Amino acid sequence: MGERDVLVETRDLTKRYGPSIVAVDRVSLTVRRGEVYGFLGPNGAGKTTTLRMLLGLIKPTSGMASVLSRAPGDPKSLARVGALVEAPAFYPYLSGLDNLHVVAGYAGVSKRRIEAVLETVVLTERARDKFSTYSLGMKQRLGVAAALLKDPELLILDEPTNGLDPAGMADMRSLIRSLGSGERTVLLSSHLLGEVEQICDRVGVISGGHLIAESTVEELRGKGTLLVGATPLDHARERVEQLLGAERVGVLDGTLRLDVDPATAGRINRELLGAGVEVTELRPVERTLEEVFLEMTDRKGESHVG
Amino acid sequence: MLASFSSEILKLYRRPTTWVLLLVALVLSQVFNYLVPYAGYLSAENETAAKQILASTMPENLISNSIGGFPLFAGALALTLGASSIGSEYGWGTLKTMLIQRPRRLSIFAVELLALAVAVLAIVVSIFALGALTSSVIATSQSEAMAWPSLTELARGVASGWLILMMWCLLGAMLAFLFRGIALPIGLGVVWILGVENLIVNVAAALLDFASTLQKGLPGVNAGSLVSTLGGRSDTPGVNSAVDGMQATLVLVAYVVVFILIAGFALQRRDVT
Repeated sequence: MGERDVLVETRDLTKRYGPSIVAVDRVSLTVRRGEVYGFLGPNGAGKTTTLRMLLGLIKPTSGMASVLSRAPGDPKSLARVGALVEAPAFYPYLSGLDNLHVVAGYAGVSKRRIEAVLETVVLTERARDKFSTYSLGMKQRLGVAAALLKDPELLILDEPTNGLDPAGMADMRSLIRSLGSGERTVLLSSHLLGEVEQICDRVGVISGGHLIAESTVEELRGKGTLLVGATPLDHARERVEQLLGAERVGVLDGTLRLDVDPATAGRINRELLGAGVEVTELRPVERTLEEVFLEMTDRKGESHVG
Repeated sequence: MLASFSSEILKLYRRPTTWVLLLVALVLSQVFNYLVPYAGYLSAENETAAKQILASTMPENLISNSIGGFPLFAGALALTLGASSIGSEYGWGTLKTMLIQRPRRLSIFAVELLALAVAVLAIVVSIFALGALTSSVIATSQSEAMAWPSLTELARGVASGWLILMMWCLLGAMLAFLFRGIALPIGLGVVWILGVENLIVNVAAALLDFASTLQKGLPGVNAGSLVSTLGGRSDTPGVNSAVDGMQATLVLVAYVVVFILIAGFALQRRDVT
């Protein structure tokens, strides 16, 4: 993969606060041109800290980061990056339109661009109202509009659906999907598995400051498993363990979970019937990202990920 | 740079706090320089005293009247302007929004201070302009001759007034950069202007030699001395003749430079969360 195809790269990126708090611990991730990259992790995992380092807002304690082949915060790369970090931050006494004028002045973009981004986020009608009167959803949309002012190659969105109602979340996801459908690259941080699963091409999973996986959603899920309901279960388990090996056989909720290609279902069925086992259920099961996440973080029952 | 500066001016221009501070500065300057003296003149029984009071409101005293309150009350208002403008950027998180656009941190810093400098100049000019209007109305109503300060004297008065208020404004801005908020910088700044300097000058300096020397380096004392060299009356709170005009100007410029350096260092070096 060429250098021009990698828009964001970190190597052993670390941020410490004092001697005991490690917010981000040796994170190495790669965001490629044109993809929608999901940065997934529970609250407090280190997502926002990582994004702030990528934008030059906070300085890493150690490690390397490059954004569009430049150091984080470099004006030449910032000119090609749009970002919404945490909550949308604007001047409450200014209208949405004036807030965009202020941002456009700093971003060095034409005022004509303001109208275009307001239309993109469907905020034109309320653009002249004060920011302080906006609903949370409108504030988030204004934040996205500000991020789009530079028509950026790389769009960094930190929890853009936070606090939105279900309809607002659906609208925002639809907007993000449309923004990432062309050549634009989107780096989306979220603690919502479903959101990442719906929107993203590739995922980086962070937990406790560590990047514990980086892959496509499909690869993370794996090939899936085969669920077998059988009577007697012990006899069925013995038979499939002989057939597949014990390491590929598990038991969950009174059924067998076989780590095999679902296409082998017919053969498994024949073997079990031949061994005198009654097969009551036999179907492929696709693991959800949530299951994968919980396995990886080994935090079943205590994860904040929704 | 120009577009960034326009953004800063837009922010200050549309901000209610800016207008409230300007209004308070104008009202206070008019009340204590013209309204109260004029009421005193109307009710004075002694004709000599009445003439002296009236003379203090005439256009010839425009400069000393306009900047007489700058070492104290207008200084506190300027400090509030600096602290609230910068501190609110941290409170609302808007500094982060600015920093992820194109310019470098120090460019944004320079533009913010430049806009504050323009706002302070506008406040100074407004106080002078309203003072000129009021004094000319009083002079006309009392059929007194109007003798205006020369343009050079006016320019010097405006420049000195701007230097004094800018110094206080930058103190507020520096404290806001250091404490990343509004309340503490305003509280500390106002306590310094209205309380601590007074205690050093009026209590400690009378008892301790080093405090007597120290007071000559204090920002408020030098501001008061600069006003004094421009005709400020010594009975005005904050006005004094502790140091000469040249020293006062140099000390105030030094404070401006130090406040800018400390504030710039704080912004450049620290994380923005």
